[in-house]
Amino acid sequence: MRHLLGIEGWRREELETLLDRAEAHLPGGSARSPVLQGKVVANLFFEDSTRTRTSFEMAAKTLGAEVLNWTAQGSSVSKGETLLDTARNIEATGPAAIVIRHRSSGAPHLVAQHVRCAVINAGDGTHEHPSQALLDAFTLRRHWGKLEGRTVLIIGDILHSRVARSNLLCLKALGARVVMCGPPTLLPVGLEEMGAEVTTKLDAALPEADAVMCLRLQLERQTESFFPSTREFSRLFGLTPARAERMKAGALVMHPGPINRGVELAPAVADGARSVILEQVANGVAVRRAILEVCT
Amino acid sequence: MSAPVLFSRGRLIDPRHGVDGVRDVLVRDGQVAQVSEAPLTVQGAQVVDARGRWVLPGFIDLHVHLREPGEEGKETILTGSRSAVAGGFTGVVAMPNTKLVNDSALVTELVLSRARAANLCRVYPAGAITKGLKGEELAEMGELISAGCVCITDDGRPVMNAALMRRALQYATLFDIPVMVHEEDLTLSGKGAMTEGPTATRLGLLPIPPSAEVAMVARDLILLEETRGRLHIAHLSCEGSVRLVREAKKRGLRVTAEVTPHHFTIDDTAVGQYDTHAKMNPPLRLRRDVESLREALADGTIDAIATDHAPHGVLDKQVEFEKGINGVVGLETALGLTLALVHEGVLSPSRAVELLSAGPAKAFGLPGGHLAPGAPADVVLVDPEAEWAVDAERFFSKSRNTPFHGRLLKGRVTQTWVGGRLVFEDGQIKESRS
Repeated sequence: MRHLLGIEGWRREELETLLDRAEAHLPGGSARSPVLQGKVVANLFFEDSTRTRTSFEMAAKTLGAEVLNWTAQGSSVSKGETLLDTARNIEATGPAAIVIRHRSSGAPHLVAQHVRCAVINAGDGTHEHPSQALLDAFTLRRHWGKLEGRTVLIIGDILHSRVARSNLLCLKALGARVVMCGPPTLLPVGLEEMGAEVTTKLDAALPEADAVMCLRLQLERQTESFFPSTREFSRLFGLTPARAERMKAGALVMHPGPINRGVELAPAVADGARSVILEQVANGVAVRRAILEVCT
Repeated sequence: MSAPVLFSRGRLIDPRHGVDGVRDVLVRDGQVAQVSEAPLTVQGAQVVDARGRWVLPGFIDLHVHLREPGEEGKETILTGSRSAVAGGFTGVVAMPNTKLVNDSALVTELVLSRARAANLCRVYPAGAITKGLKGEELAEMGELISAGCVCITDDGRPVMNAALMRRALQYATLFDIPVMVHEEDLTLSGKGAMTEGPTATRLGLLPIPPSAEVAMVARDLILLEETRGRLHIAHLSCEGSVRLVREAKKRGLRVTAEVTPHHFTIDDTAVGQYDTHAKMNPPLRLRRDVESLREALADGTIDAIATDHAPHGVLDKQVEFEKGINGVVGLETALGLTLALVHEGVLSPSRAVELLSAGPAKAFGLPGGHLAPGAPADVVLVDPEAEWAVDAERFFSKSRNTPFHGRLLKGRVTQTWVGGRLVFEDGQIKESRS
């Protein structure tokens, strides 16, 4: 048993092994299916999610596990129960793993210190979203063979993005170069220390990228004046068809979803030939099967 | 009347009078009676063999949360007083953000009466600047001072309204007391959970920029210059603030400042993997800030080391980092952490003692802080060589929230005397209820 609290703390070989396992879990792959037969995986979702929760659920079920789906709405959280009490109560039902999503950075770390089963981070606050980063890396690896020497450009709200942090750590660990781009108000201090190159000039960075990852722009950030309007954000940092034209031949477009169509990503680009967005979703199940297998 | 006490052959460090050497100190009727280079023989005196020990003026902490009234589960005036004397503090200034807020003579009198009952260290209440700490209307400062408050502060919260802050400084000149300020522009700190920097970015915690503190320090120094009042800046934490205070002092403004042991010892990396014991306000800063605080302690920019002793229960800290309550307990680790600066060569022993005793006494005009004849016999004996590991479970404080659990420290209080009475000795409180 081990936890997946973040990409941080995992060594390159471990990540590679996990991605290799994921290959075996693709349809037609060699993985033995019911390895979690008789076990329970508990999904603890304190925050809304469709994609990640159903993906983990699908992964667990196809490995033979029973899935306990718990959501904060209508739970004892509304009666003031603490995170630790909730986690301990769920643990008492005997799951092999707890998959947790929470709006506070570090919530899975706190839980992991107090339960005995595996804890898998399905997104914590603005910290990490490791399974997303793994499925992104997996998708790129399937296109490129290896990530060594490739450049991935991540665009948008880096400050509030757990996807950006996990991807930075994961892609760097696997040998890629990572460039992050967004308005200065959404670029936190210290990205360079984490291994990123940072720029505010999208048009200069775009032609160098082998893949462009657009992040979902949280629209409420506009009211907090991180940028003046979604219109202006889109003009300066949106991946429009005109911009997509300037990308390298064969460069890929990614998005962790859900997309604000026409804001960070134009519909024509999201649905265009470069887009691997639905592949990401499909690969997510195989990667999460591998995660559950390795962690339980 | 109790017998005279003779502290014999200890190393007396009394920065206010430039003394650092072996002396005999005779205490009579609660006061220092004589200090002598030659050994004294006094008929009937209780002799305390202080050889190998430092004999110091009792420490004064300008910034302590005793939690009573209102949160007695975290600390009471009695348990806080025990914690104080165990750490060598013979006087503490009690912050008013209790539940009832100390914004009236009634609450001040309650604090003083509980302190008398505890009968350990001297407790100096601080009154609120604004009624209910709401930052809207001035509290009755005159009444608070008459009842025994030694300063006013809304500590824990800034006075965001600049005009009100200006009037507080102006009005306080009536009483010539310091206005103590928690410097934080809430619009800049926002929902931030730790200082801006690589650690916050790595952990995905929303950042608090240093400007949240520095901009308010700048504002209040400008107001101070206009009003000619007295300003005391609590828990200074960043390089930019240090620079402003240093410059203001050069220009002759009546500003004093304190730094906490945690801010001069550890930096933002202590948060590690979301350790709420390293969560405080102001937040732990970057290494360069820590270095600038150490310089400022050495060069006289900072007047006092104050602990911001902030007791909290286990459940306040065993939560998501963003939800974790700010603060650490500090009274029992302050001396050891200060002496670490001496061992590292940052401070001389005399300067370290000054920051714990004479400096704070002078900043607030409090009695004590020195050991010349006529001074109160508030005396601390320290074994400078004693090595010990911090064990939060053994704190006299009711609370255990410290980021220093397990840390090895060198230098420990062996005796604490208040007004000529032994109140702490070798790990034991000497209770004597009045």
